[in-house]
Amino acid sequence: MALYIAQFLTGLANASSLFLAACGLSVIFGVTRIVNFAHGAFYMLGAYVAYSLTLRLEGVFGFWAGILLAAAIVAVLGAILEMLLLRRIYQAPELFQLLATFGVTLMVEDLVHIIWGPQDLVGPRAPGLEGAVPVFGLPVPTYDLLLIVLGPLVLGALWLLMHRTRWGVLVRAATQDRDMVAALGVNQKWLFTGVFTLGIFLAAFGGALQIPRTAVTHQMDLTIIAEVFVVVVIGGLGSITGAFLAAVLISELNAFGILVLPGISLVLMFLVMAVVLVIRPWGFLGKPIQTGVTTIGEATRPWRPWSNATAAAVAAAVLVAALLPLVLGSYGLSVGAQILIAVVFAMSLQFQMSTGGLDSFGHAAYFGLGAYGAALTVEWFDLPMELALLVGPLTGLVGALVFGWFCVRLSGVYFAMLTLAFAQITWSIAFQWVEVTGGDNGILGVWPADWASSPATFYWLTLAVAVVAVLALRHLVFSSFGYRLRAVRDSAVRAEAVGISRQRTQYVAFAISGTAAGLAGALFAFLKGSIFPDVLAIPTSIDALVMVLLGGVATVSGSVVGAIVYTMASIWLMSATDLSRLVLGGFIVFLVVAFPQGIVGSLSAFVAGPVERWRSGGRTERTIALPAEGSR
Amino acid sequence: MSAAPLLQVEHLSKSYGGVHAVQDVSFELHPGEMLALIGPNGAGKSTCFNMVGGQIPAGSGRVRIDGRDVSGLSPRQIWHLGVGRTFQVAQVFKSMTVRENVQTVFASRESGWGFLARAGQAHRAEAEAVLDLIGMADFADRPCADMAYGDVKRLELAMALANDPKLLLMDEPAAGMAPLERVELMGLTARIAKERQIGVLFTEHDMDVVFAHADRMMVLNRGRLIAEGRPEDVRQDPQVRAVYLGEGLVYDQAAAARRASA
Repeated sequence: MALYIAQFLTGLANASSLFLAACGLSVIFGVTRIVNFAHGAFYMLGAYVAYSLTLRLEGVFGFWAGILLAAAIVAVLGAILEMLLLRRIYQAPELFQLLATFGVTLMVEDLVHIIWGPQDLVGPRAPGLEGAVPVFGLPVPTYDLLLIVLGPLVLGALWLLMHRTRWGVLVRAATQDRDMVAALGVNQKWLFTGVFTLGIFLAAFGGALQIPRTAVTHQMDLTIIAEVFVVVVIGGLGSITGAFLAAVLISELNAFGILVLPGISLVLMFLVMAVVLVIRPWGFLGKPIQTGVTTIGEATRPWRPWSNATAAAVAAAVLVAALLPLVLGSYGLSVGAQILIAVVFAMSLQFQMSTGGLDSFGHAAYFGLGAYGAALTVEWFDLPMELALLVGPLTGLVGALVFGWFCVRLSGVYFAMLTLAFAQITWSIAFQWVEVTGGDNGILGVWPADWASSPATFYWLTLAVAVVAVLALRHLVFSSFGYRLRAVRDSAVRAEAVGISRQRTQYVAFAISGTAAGLAGALFAFLKGSIFPDVLAIPTSIDALVMVLLGGVATVSGSVVGAIVYTMASIWLMSATDLSRLVLGGFIVFLVVAFPQGIVGSLSAFVAGPVERWRSGGRTERTIALPAEGSR
Repeated sequence: MSAAPLLQVEHLSKSYGGVHAVQDVSFELHPGEMLALIGPNGAGKSTCFNMVGGQIPAGSGRVRIDGRDVSGLSPRQIWHLGVGRTFQVAQVFKSMTVRENVQTVFASRESGWGFLARAGQAHRAEAEAVLDLIGMADFADRPCADMAYGDVKRLELAMALANDPKLLLMDEPAAGMAPLERVELMGLTARIAKERQIGVLFTEHDMDVVFAHADRMMVLNRGRLIAEGRPEDVRQDPQVRAVYLGEGLVYDQAAAARRASA
């Protein structure tokens, strides 16, 4: 009994800091409609800054001043970010907003590395609250009790702020109808900046409060962001009270889940989220939100199968690729195989995104499932590579069928967040379930069959698979199924009114995409000979997204080019600099700010005008609808 | 006019919170008949439409198509019963060409997964026949995104006709079109409806269109049907005149002045 009460109290204490981070995200989304991926990074920054300040400021007053000051400093950084970056991308598609804020996260990670070094830091304990209070005979840290009180206090303060101040009323009004608030003459710019600053303050405050409890680490940002996504999805985007309820629910689940299923307590979180979303697709207290701007739409020109000339060029390129083993050494061939695997992976995502209009933020899940599926087939059942290469895609398929069943019920930003949450859950299972997956130590010794063990044959194998996969996915785009899928993407209402089921069509697309990603993952396991949980981590998903964006989200298979360029660039970057995340993050932010309609969309907007004038011989004044204007 | 009604609407109602959007609406529609549903903005026309098409679940009451109760069916299932519809704001597949839009409609009727067929080649002739019917054959290869709005509306009609429908639901088919285009589109619709014995239910604000083509019309005001009958009769109906020309309830001062002078 005492144990349960102690666990319950620990859960409540965790809930408080989770709530602080989550409600900030929720408030920001409510007003600006941006899902701030960088929220976790600010949470982490809050902890780091608080660590430095509390080391210098002493005593009870110094400690608390340090915590609050840390939150305030980080909030100012947040305000600067809002003014410099976010203001430029409020009109951009959701995917780009998520990507840009993820780019910021990457940059912050490296900056933290530069400023505070690579090691985990242990901050001071809160003066006067170092001890523990016995509750039914078990010691409960005094600091935890403080946190338990703090959560509801912050909730109350926010409620007062939102209901009793003019500013709060404006924020709530903007959450319901931004245009109307703007029409009433409220300065939107400063309202958005203010809300963003408040949200970041809360996140940094939540992070700072953690330093007496846990070490300050570089993983804090991505760990918290996944939980925060789960919390706001369950609580309902934009709802503060919903975030509180969900934070308590999730934290208690974790606290008790460890007692029941010590190995895989996170599966519980997944199950609860799944059940909530089936019953209430918009979370406890959320309301349906209008689907925002999708990445493609009017910017897309009608797609055509390859002309004979293009097909011949592609065939020639494949031939050149097939001849590479005559020139390249084993390192070059392993890079080549890695690029080809990236091609399959990127193309699997492009099928889902470009043709299906489903912007997945968790495509790593299916890649990783394929890799683990193949690796476990070899490791546990001692089966040959050929079979493992079948099991890999099947694992990806099963994962996509399970997760997709929930995901396709949602759309837009909910879809993106849910896919990300599922990917994180898959990651944590691989990480926690040590008996099966080897946890952090991974699975070693996943080697190809003898016939494929030389670098050249393995390269040819991946080339063959990549060619078949890309051609098959391209074929699907132009099949009846592909037309139905594009129909659903272009106009779900029209599609339903001509007999096409949105959910079923998207579900099938999701499954196909997951299968192809699983195939890429299986090859990856054999290429590397080992597999670790980080293939399932967020950066893998982001890699795929950037490849698709580079290649052009409005194209059928531009991601093939995107994958080749991106993989070569990142391999080079890794060897050229220690600050690859800073460079990559900066590159992603640049990409989004410079090409807010996607590269192809922005380029065609840039080119369409002059081309049109040239075609009409400069005779007419007619302007065609540019994608930049039309995709709103 | 044949005896068996194609569409039977019985006591259809829908409320949003305290607002009775549609109240106790009943009517019938026969094959080959053009039935206009008119009324001021906010009268409940679109709600009515979306309940018949399955986009909005009916609050209460019943909708029968060919005698079959379709309450609770999805738009998809209603489509398979032979119902085509157009939307107030045209909904087409913007990333495709005109022909591909119609081909997609045919592709949706195929059974199975549809993984194998090359949809760009399939149903080409059928799609072109439909486009020819509404005079858009020359546009077949045009990207939808480049078309004028009036042509997009015509394309919507083509997509609805591709299903070989028994019943056409057209929510403001001529909205946003140039006057000449409106006359052409509705003339075309009326001709096809007569030829193929399609029942057409349409809403429209343009009274020229309504009086030129409707066989029968209904007037909806604040969710209730206030008049029904042949256009000439409805035109004379005092209640309808009041709704359209105003009965002075809003302009209290003017009404008071009139009463005073009377």
